[in-house]
Amino acid sequence: MEQQILHHTYDNGLTLVAQPMPWLESAAFSIAVPGGCRFDPQQQLGVANFVCEMVQRGCGAYNSREYIEALESLGVDYSSSASLYNTNFSGAMQAAQLNDALAVYADVIRRPTFPEDQLEDGRMVCFQDIAALRDDLAQRALQKVRMNFYGSTDGRSCEGLLETVESITLDNIRQFYATHYRPNGLIIACAGKLDWASLKSHVGRLFDDWEPKPEPAIELVPAAHGIDHIAHDSEQTHIAIAFPGVAYSHEDYYLNRGAIGVLSGGMSSRLFTEVREKRGLCYTVFASCNTLKDKGAVLCYAGTTNERAQETLDVIIEELQKLAGGIHEDELRRLKVQIRSGMVMQQESCRGRAGSIAGDWFHLGRVRTLDEVNEKINGLTIESINEYLADNPPCDFDIVTLGPQPLEFKANGISATPA
Amino acid sequence: MEYLQHRLDNGLEVLVECNPQAYTSAFGFFVRTGARDETQEVGGVSHFLEHMVFKGTPNRSAAQVNLELDEMGSSSNARTGEESTIYHASVLPEFQTPVVDLLSDLMRPSLRKEDFETEKQVIIEEIKMYDDQPPYGGYERIMAEFFGDHPLGHSVLGTVETVSALTPEGMLDYFEQRYCPSNICFAGAGNVDFEKLVEDLERCCGHWKKFAPGRSKAKAEYRKGFVSMHKPNSHQQYILQLAEGPSSEEEIRYATSVMSAIIGDDSGSRLYWEFLDSGLAESAGMGAYDYQGSGSIMTYICCAPEEAQSNLERLTRLQRQVREEGITQKELDLAKRKIESHIVLASERTNNRMFSIGSQWLCEQPYKTVAEIAATYESLTLDQINEALNAYPLDENMTLVVGPRDDLAPAP
Repeated sequence: MEQQILHHTYDNGLTLVAQPMPWLESAAFSIAVPGGCRFDPQQQLGVANFVCEMVQRGCGAYNSREYIEALESLGVDYSSSASLYNTNFSGAMQAAQLNDALAVYADVIRRPTFPEDQLEDGRMVCFQDIAALRDDLAQRALQKVRMNFYGSTDGRSCEGLLETVESITLDNIRQFYATHYRPNGLIIACAGKLDWASLKSHVGRLFDDWEPKPEPAIELVPAAHGIDHIAHDSEQTHIAIAFPGVAYSHEDYYLNRGAIGVLSGGMSSRLFTEVREKRGLCYTVFASCNTLKDKGAVLCYAGTTNERAQETLDVIIEELQKLAGGIHEDELRRLKVQIRSGMVMQQESCRGRAGSIAGDWFHLGRVRTLDEVNEKINGLTIESINEYLADNPPCDFDIVTLGPQPLEFKANGISATPA
Repeated sequence: MEYLQHRLDNGLEVLVECNPQAYTSAFGFFVRTGARDETQEVGGVSHFLEHMVFKGTPNRSAAQVNLELDEMGSSSNARTGEESTIYHASVLPEFQTPVVDLLSDLMRPSLRKEDFETEKQVIIEEIKMYDDQPPYGGYERIMAEFFGDHPLGHSVLGTVETVSALTPEGMLDYFEQRYCPSNICFAGAGNVDFEKLVEDLERCCGHWKKFAPGRSKAKAEYRKGFVSMHKPNSHQQYILQLAEGPSSEEEIRYATSVMSAIIGDDSGSRLYWEFLDSGLAESAGMGAYDYQGSGSIMTYICCAPEEAQSNLERLTRLQRQVREEGITQKELDLAKRKIESHIVLASERTNNRMFSIGSQWLCEQPYKTVAEIAATYESLTLDQINEALNAYPLDENMTLVVGPRDDLAPAP
């Protein structure tokens, strides 16, 4: 399958990266502005998310209603969110509207008006983002384990706290915007039916007269590893586990990804087979690779009725430790075809591709082509993965349980309950 | 793009949209059976059977089924609803024959006793999982309240009690009444070798015994009212409403779905500006659900408990106002742009095309191309949308509130 990746970095440091998919009638964009919640000051947790809300409540000549009408009249299916490193704006539409949609987003990103009369409605929406998570028990357990594993800067989630969001002022919002919304480090990724030359000059007209800004400093709070329990009167106990993984940019990434794929890749994967199929302990169980720019984690989750939660945790930990003993030839063979087929299926969606090439550019400063990924996947051998696993056995587990009772953690002769 | 069909002698329909340009192929068995076809005693059997289908056949163990699905790198799943059960897989074209072979074999499952007991535990975990998730069984409750004795009010999952009481024999009984070839369609889309497909299906499914399943399509007697479920440890309050909507046989369902997008889409709609832009609610939305013989329109709001009473009243005012004043041409034009774009984006995924073909068959509707579907929406007029608004008054509904408040009252 042919795949062409084009890119251009303008003088101010903004990068445009694109994948033409001429067989489609649609196009999509994914914009990463280098101001994520990682940069929230401690007293203003949630400010990146609040800024993301406010830049869309008045920009350029649009008021908040006109802005949404402009997108809808172009038929743009849009979304926005703050994430750890970036604030992301993305959309998909019929191909002919791509340039007009990008022009709307140039207003969002470069010319927000921050109208004072929108501040309290915007704050209410941010409160709702916090409220939305409180009833999502699985997410709460996973969020907490991320926080414990990465520390409260890199493990934070973007909604912030009720008290910090309450105290954020319009000046704080303007300040965050002025510091972090900048062309240097900003990525615009497009995929779909597009004409590269016209796209490149259009994006240039929209953005290349924007002056770069200095790289902002960041305060990092170190991790507080351990075993934790959140008491909650629920039907199930929600178990979240984190342990060291590999960053996407690291040369061992695919070795780790391969090993975790064997653990939790498909219906024949080890966790699904041992926890759900053989023992019927839960409906949902998974492990997945999570990546920051410079480090990675493996995150696992299972939700199970309280009486069977201890057995579920024990079986999962046993499977994680067993992984150090290596994987088998047939497991690797299935994994390879799964990854290959997943990559081909992604080619059907310009939205998926735009997000994916934006992510690649952010993590690597380039895009891994299908051929390159294929080569890496085909190059995986039992020996290379097993050697990696012997050197890096799953260990140092951070565990968070949410439910009526804490669980006991037993592994390699260590036994512990939450402090 | 070419639409091809074939019917096996035993009644199994094969419907395929072939697109030689596609990178993948998607296939699915669509069975016209679901919770509405169950008796109360076997509540949840359709969904439990959907799980048991993956537990093996006389030719394959459960573990073998999982291995084969993964060996093809397939993206596969199944789902059960009020009136359908769907088994589907997407694969690279080179795996067409093995995946058709596997899916066909799965449609004649063994229902082995020991697998049955293990899987029963998984189903109970699934029920418990939803009990922990908003709206905490509220969907099942409002369906039962709204549809009353009509079978569309049956819960898809069933309860811990009904599922615990199920036996392999009871499931086999149900299977033998519902999984007959004339009640099943095989839908495909993408890069499909149709001739080979028909040959494979004749070989794998041609021997399935023919018999006649039935289904009552009587129109439901919709109930109105106000019901409260107290859930003290929930942080948010959840408001659900069901009002009458068109059935899947009625042409007005297109106008109704546009009406529901104008009022309740997740962006730019009336509910969006009233509740979401202002931050009065965490989420607010609306959707039309058509079934054979009956239909409903659901409205959903999640908000802080202290806003719940005033939001209920706002919602009722909004519903009455839109019916009195109608919607505007500008709203209709924007909704059409949105729908058009949505149709184009969705049609680019092979999997979506397969679902579209299978779903049309489930409702006994004729096949429509993407262009025909788009044209149907494009042709809608303001009068037709306002006619739908008047035919299905949103404020005449069953309302269910779930959450920490136990003192909420219907809007005056």
